[in-house]
Amino acid sequence: MSEVPAGTNGAKQVLGADDVRRAITRMAHEIIERNRGLDGVVLLGVQRGGVWLAEALAASIGDIDREAHVPWGSLDVSLYRDDIGLRPVSPGAVSEIPFDLGGATVVIVDDVLYTGRTVRAAFDAIGDYGRPEMMQLAVMVDRGHRQLPIRPDFVGRNLPTSTDEVVVVTETGVAIS
Amino acid sequence: MKHLLAIDELDVADIHRLLELTDHMVEVNQRPNPKVPALRGRTVCNLFFEVSTRTRLSFETATRRLSGDVMTFTVSESSVNKGESLRDTVETVAAMGVDAFVIRHRSSGAPWQACRWTTAAVINAGDGWHAHPTQALLDAYTVRTELGRTGGFDGLRLAIVGDVKHSRVARSVGQIFAALGADVVLVAPATLLPVVAEHATSDRLDDIIGDVDVLYLLRMQRERMSEALVPNLHEYTERFGLTAERAARLSDGALVMHPGPMNRGVEITVDPAELPGSVIGHQVANGVAVRMAVLFDLLGSGSVA
Amino acid sequence: MTRTLIRGGRVIDATGERMADVAVEGGRVVDVGAGLGGDQVLDAGGCVVAPGLVDLHAHLREPGGEQAETIASGTAAAAAGGYTAVVAMPNTEPAADSRSVVDFVTARAIAAGRCEVLPSGCITVGRRGHELAPFAELTAAGVRLFTDDGSGVQDPLLMRRALEYARGLGIVLAQHCEVARLTEGAVMHEGECCSRLGVPGWPALAEELMLHRDLELVRLTGTPMHFLHLSTAGSVELVRAAKADGLPVTAEVTPHHLSLTDELLASFDGNYKVNPPLRTMADVEALRVGLADGTIDAIATDHAPHSPETKEQPLDVAPPGMLGLETALGVALAHLDMPLARVLAALSWKPATIAGVSDRHGGPIEPGGAANLVVFDPDERWEVAPARLASLSRNTPYRGVKLRGRVRHTLFDGRPTFRDGAVAT
Repeated sequence: MSEVPAGTNGAKQVLGADDVRRAITRMAHEIIERNRGLDGVVLLGVQRGGVWLAEALAASIGDIDREAHVPWGSLDVSLYRDDIGLRPVSPGAVSEIPFDLGGATVVIVDDVLYTGRTVRAAFDAIGDYGRPEMMQLAVMVDRGHRQLPIRPDFVGRNLPTSTDEVVVVTETGVAIS
Repeated sequence: MKHLLAIDELDVADIHRLLELTDHMVEVNQRPNPKVPALRGRTVCNLFFEVSTRTRLSFETATRRLSGDVMTFTVSESSVNKGESLRDTVETVAAMGVDAFVIRHRSSGAPWQACRWTTAAVINAGDGWHAHPTQALLDAYTVRTELGRTGGFDGLRLAIVGDVKHSRVARSVGQIFAALGADVVLVAPATLLPVVAEHATSDRLDDIIGDVDVLYLLRMQRERMSEALVPNLHEYTERFGLTAERAARLSDGALVMHPGPMNRGVEITVDPAELPGSVIGHQVANGVAVRMAVLFDLLGSGSVA
Repeated sequence: MTRTLIRGGRVIDATGERMADVAVEGGRVVDVGAGLGGDQVLDAGGCVVAPGLVDLHAHLREPGGEQAETIASGTAAAAAGGYTAVVAMPNTEPAADSRSVVDFVTARAIAAGRCEVLPSGCITVGRRGHELAPFAELTAAGVRLFTDDGSGVQDPLLMRRALEYARGLGIVLAQHCEVARLTEGAVMHEGECCSRLGVPGWPALAEELMLHRDLELVRLTGTPMHFLHLSTAGSVELVRAAKADGLPVTAEVTPHHLSLTDELLASFDGNYKVNPPLRTMADVEALRVGLADGTIDAIATDHAPHSPETKEQPLDVAPPGMLGLETALGVALAHLDMPLARVLAALSWKPATIAGVSDRHGGPIEPGGAANLVVFDPDERWEVAPARLASLSRNTPYRGVKLRGRVRHTLFDGRPTFRDGAVAT
């Protein structure tokens, strides 16, 4: 078993760094397989938690297929949330999308899929940059409790949780507290 | 933050937050469709008791780009004289349901008074000689971007030249640059300086022009001549105008700024287009983004009272 | 005739202090001593009994400004504040530069019956500063104090003529010291706060220059003068030196200039706008010292009612002025570090002398004296509730501020005009 980061505040480690790495590799394979290659595929990590994962997936894809170079970028959705004015929002860094989205297959990447509202905001945000041919969704953890009809295409791990728990995902592991 | 009334009511963290938010808005404005749904369903009322097409349009554009609805009242002198007071106007409009007021008034303090008569957010778009915080923010943002100074303005030397005494822009710009760590000097004859100045002062532009990083020119109004504040405008230009000769003595990389509109031939006699350090065009362009950031911070970011 | 008994109080007047009951009948004090009897009793337990307060400076607004105050409401406010005599300022519409206006004011005051109103007259016709008002005609109507208050007399020659003409008429000319050219558009004291708020300022020099001019004119003509609402440390110095030279001058200060500073205007609340303006702590302290050492003779309220609608306007447009009659005692006791008798001197017998009414106001409480009295609790702490003021207006700068010293009863001409904390009907 790989090294587990120390939990704080009664946090329970459910995945270690090795588990995360293996999940990334598997998802990378699935992305290539589902899209029958990487033509027109781009990865967009949602600020903030999805950005490192998008970069990691792009690197992993590059390891599998030496010829492939999958572009990746980051997307800030704070101006598209449906709970604006209801709770504090601090936007992350400005969106960086150094490629054209028109006609592309955009894989939205985020660390945790929960109610689905962040992903809905991402749909709207992406729509303001261009018109992709297709959108897919890759998440490290699906913790359930969906409030919108959204489902992921690529999942690292399904983790049932209760609504008063907090899920934290990093390269070194996944913890629930 | 419930209102934006004056720079000296913000702390440094607020200032940085608004400048960082502006980066997002600049990015939005660069898109082919510069619009986000952030303030959908929110109404912003522009209450302009003083004529100002540029600032009003800037706020209207900012609101629309955030998908908010705009109501504009340009209150002429006559309707105020008919007995409709500031309080009446604010309460009537507030009753129609607005989320924010953007107020410009010739009397210092009017936006503070308005806060007593509405629960909506209030943004000061310029009150008397007193404050113009969104102008100061867009000026600070311009310098931050042009000089790459995202961490603050420590050691930066700013000179504000002109009729400081009657300038709300000078007061707010001086405050924001000082808050961010800059050294500020006010350059004007004593008749055009406040009786007690918040910053260092000088009445000799020639002594300092080679040492500044940012030269900020204020509009010199022709009316000031009749109030015995300066003998004539020619003498003002001789002593304090940005002439070609003075422009040549600016150090490399020094920025030249002006809040507009310019009185060409008075405070500036060179064509700004020929000044390598002029960022006057950027100031205007940044105005919309800054105002979007302010509106989003007050109405959209969830930091409500 | 009813005999009214003021029972259980501590009597303080210019002759000294003693525990005593005071019996009043037929408009006069008839007995002062222990264990007295009476038909109606006004309880003065724990209170001070003193001669009624005399205000040298109040704006009763009638005729012409009745939406802000009337003589009826203004004298009710006076009674609530412990005043039995008030000098009414002449900047009414029309101004008090003719006998008919003065007679009108006197008649209204008598009809209201709450305190004595001493109308003042203008120095110049219409207060316009060009021609002398008819001093002798106004004196015949009972006017003793003349001023263009609201403004100062700008023309030095006219002021000289006024002083020369007034000599021998037994009147007092009073000046609102303000060189108008130096204060055009001014909103507040010219200083650090004003520079920060970006509004035109009222420099201390504008008051001191005219004060200096008039002191020299007094020196030249020998005619006495009274100086209204001094507000600067420099003014105190000038008057101190003038008195040391033996010049026949007196001076007054308002409660607000003894207690409030210009920083309050940072709220842009028009209730703090006044003419002359609130100034710095250094000025406040110099004025307190000046009052304590006798340089300043009297506290005068400059009670200046304005309707809420006018005061709510932007600061540069709002009219200057503050209420004062109902809070003067409470402010004085809260802020002045002076013996109670000295404070009462400044509020009662010294202004009575200046107004020329010491035969019936401010005098010692003894049998035969006029029954113009105030009974107050010197220690009670209280807060102003603007809605419950007797004045028609609400522009008090003391909203929510703790004052010390509260009037319980006021007697005018032997009748209670304020009784148990309420205006008597």
